[in-house]
Amino acid sequence: MITWIRRNLFRSITDSILTVVSASILGFVVFQVFQFVFVTGRWEIIQVNLKILLVGRFPEELMYLVGFSVLATCFSIASLASGANRTIETTQRLSGRLWELFQRFGLIIATSTFLIVLAGDLDAILFGAYVILSILGGRLFGRARRNTSLRKLPGWLWVTINALLPLILIFLTMGQAALEEWGGFLINFYLAVVSIALSFPLGVLLALGRRSTLPLLRWLCTAYIELLRGAPLFVLLLLAGVALEFFIPASIAPDAIFRAITVFTLFTAAYLAEVIRGGLQSIPKGQAEAGKALGLSTFKITFLITLPQALRNVIPAQIGQFISLFKDTTLAGVALSVLDLLNVGTAITKQDDYLGQGLIYESLAFVGLLFWVGSYVMSRESQRIEKKLGVGIR
Amino acid sequence: MSPQLSTPSKVPFYRDIRTLKWALQVLALLAVFALLYWLYGNYQENVAKSSIQTDLRFLDNPANFTIPGNDLDQSQPVRDAFVEGFLNTLRVAFIGVALATILGTLIGIARLSKNFMVRTLGTVYVELVRNLPLLLLLTFMNLAVVLQAFPRIENAWLPLDLFVVSNRGIAIPWFIGSPAQLGIGILSAALIAFVVARVRIRQADKSGKQDRAWLFGIITFLVLVVLIWLLFGYGWELPYVDGRGTTGGLRLDPSFFALVASLVIYTSSHIAEIVRGSILAVSRGQGEAADAIALTGSQKMRLIILPQAFRIAMPALGNQYLNLIKNSSLGATISYFELTQIAQITVGNGSPAVPAFSLTLLVYLAISLVTSLIVNFFNRRLALVER
Repeated sequence: MITWIRRNLFRSITDSILTVVSASILGFVVFQVFQFVFVTGRWEIIQVNLKILLVGRFPEELMYLVGFSVLATCFSIASLASGANRTIETTQRLSGRLWELFQRFGLIIATSTFLIVLAGDLDAILFGAYVILSILGGRLFGRARRNTSLRKLPGWLWVTINALLPLILIFLTMGQAALEEWGGFLINFYLAVVSIALSFPLGVLLALGRRSTLPLLRWLCTAYIELLRGAPLFVLLLLAGVALEFFIPASIAPDAIFRAITVFTLFTAAYLAEVIRGGLQSIPKGQAEAGKALGLSTFKITFLITLPQALRNVIPAQIGQFISLFKDTTLAGVALSVLDLLNVGTAITKQDDYLGQGLIYESLAFVGLLFWVGSYVMSRESQRIEKKLGVGIR
Repeated sequence: MSPQLSTPSKVPFYRDIRTLKWALQVLALLAVFALLYWLYGNYQENVAKSSIQTDLRFLDNPANFTIPGNDLDQSQPVRDAFVEGFLNTLRVAFIGVALATILGTLIGIARLSKNFMVRTLGTVYVELVRNLPLLLLLTFMNLAVVLQAFPRIENAWLPLDLFVVSNRGIAIPWFIGSPAQLGIGILSAALIAFVVARVRIRQADKSGKQDRAWLFGIITFLVLVVLIWLLFGYGWELPYVDGRGTTGGLRLDPSFFALVASLVIYTSSHIAEIVRGSILAVSRGQGEAADAIALTGSQKMRLIILPQAFRIAMPALGNQYLNLIKNSSLGATISYFELTQIAQITVGNGSPAVPAFSLTLLVYLAISLVTSLIVNFFNRRLALVER
């Protein structure tokens, strides 16, 4: 212990000074945060407004739809995660596996528990239980794929089946409630999930187009990608907000949420295309040549040989793209006046009961917590996948 | 048995792979054109219906708004406001890129430190900031830090009596005199310092001693700047509180401060990760070789590892710079008068939306292209020449 301290903290005089300085900065920050969270913070503003923060003014009688789509999303994520994982798991003791699970999802579990405690009613507790059940169900479904004849299902079909259920439910929910009743974290969550699902195929097509041997196709895709990558997302959203009416007939002019989804999808697809192009370039030529030698068509070579490997190689970068999309959903709030989590978070401090009391810290801390937990867990998962695939180890 | 040479039967043109390829491309092109034509047709129709301008004539209309901290008159044309917004965007971009690079590099190195405390501090910073939305940081900086934590002007903080920090902005000491003259002076000083450093390197190459080019360059630069300062009689001006505002010095707008601070904090966390990854990507043998010839820790970092790490980091850094510039458009959400905010105000004042925002997009595109040209130039200079 003492050797460790001497080696890691007080190697030399400069080292000791650095240690003292950074320890005091760290200590100050930790102290301030603890004081804020447990002593000075006045959290009743969050507790009172919890529903608005999470789902906006979503009608009470339609809440079951939201619940179902969240459950379906949990189900598919769990089933995709355990269905794609083909490595043979080492026989670990139960405690070891539980510890691993805790490391991976402890933050999410803690945050959900915190939310349930804040909500403090029976529905929230029941909902938590349902989420756990649906994750377990998804896991069983995913495992069934590995162990039964479902295995013969091609990968894309498996992914589509899993993605369809939550998407259909989400669209159904969107259709049911009027737009102005939407709000809070629900908007960020739905915007992110729907845009991710839609931008992925578009990104793949754009990447393939940019690598295509057909010059016209290549130029079109390159122009699209470079144009969108050179434009700020915020200005694109503003443009969609005020100028879309001019370009499409008024009869099909969509409301703000669909505008946001369109812009996010088109924008993320361009970035995703570059990521996937990187993956395609990392595949040795021999792979495609081997496919040719077997007499496969270009289509089959692409979709059976090069693309799967390319996508696997850039999983972390793709997840990184999805994380930034998730964080960027806040832009829809200011650009299109959608009542997303951040907008609601600043708006609740202007309520009559809380006006001018300096509660912006509390509300922004809560908003930040939700975004931070979501992004952090995603980035940790991507690091785990990266390690597991052995990509990037020289 | 000799192989039978068969003349290939003629492939009908509709199954010829070349025809098919061209047909596919032409179809794709036609589809794109059809889409654009449809959009354009709708645009024409809608514009005709609402009788809105479609060209850039609105740039000549009077602006009808003022930009804080700028003597732009209300009657001046919108064009001038756009130029001012463009300059403000560039201001944020330059300062943001410089500060984010410095902070990011320091934190990236800190994350690899042997010192446990320094390492933890770096990790906490990166993991905390990287996973928060930029807009949240910006809102926090604006609403919670600048407008709430900063004191009112009556009891402003006066660190060292050099600065005036209040919720009306931050005033810093500034020089008196013509900025253009001083700019030219500083530029020529930098040029001379650069030449001195190059000469030093050439001499050191011959004599085999340490060049200390940076040391010599910086000293030359400082001496020259002081000389210019004294020769042309520039002076300092300290800001002080004057009633409800500050006088003297340079006043930085609160929104400018909030925007730059949040952009720097956010981007530096990404740059730190890039720097860390690049340092790790420098082959281990390089560091071991530096140890073998008994370089000190800082020499090893400065002379061996960092130059090679920056070569690896350059393309990713360029992307971060582009992101920072594009993210500066978020200044519009806290009323910092950069390009997007100007466009938004003019559209709100009745200028046509499509031309105004298209112009804005084009300007951003141009800035992005120029930035990536510069980055590519440096990248080519730095890149390892391989066969």
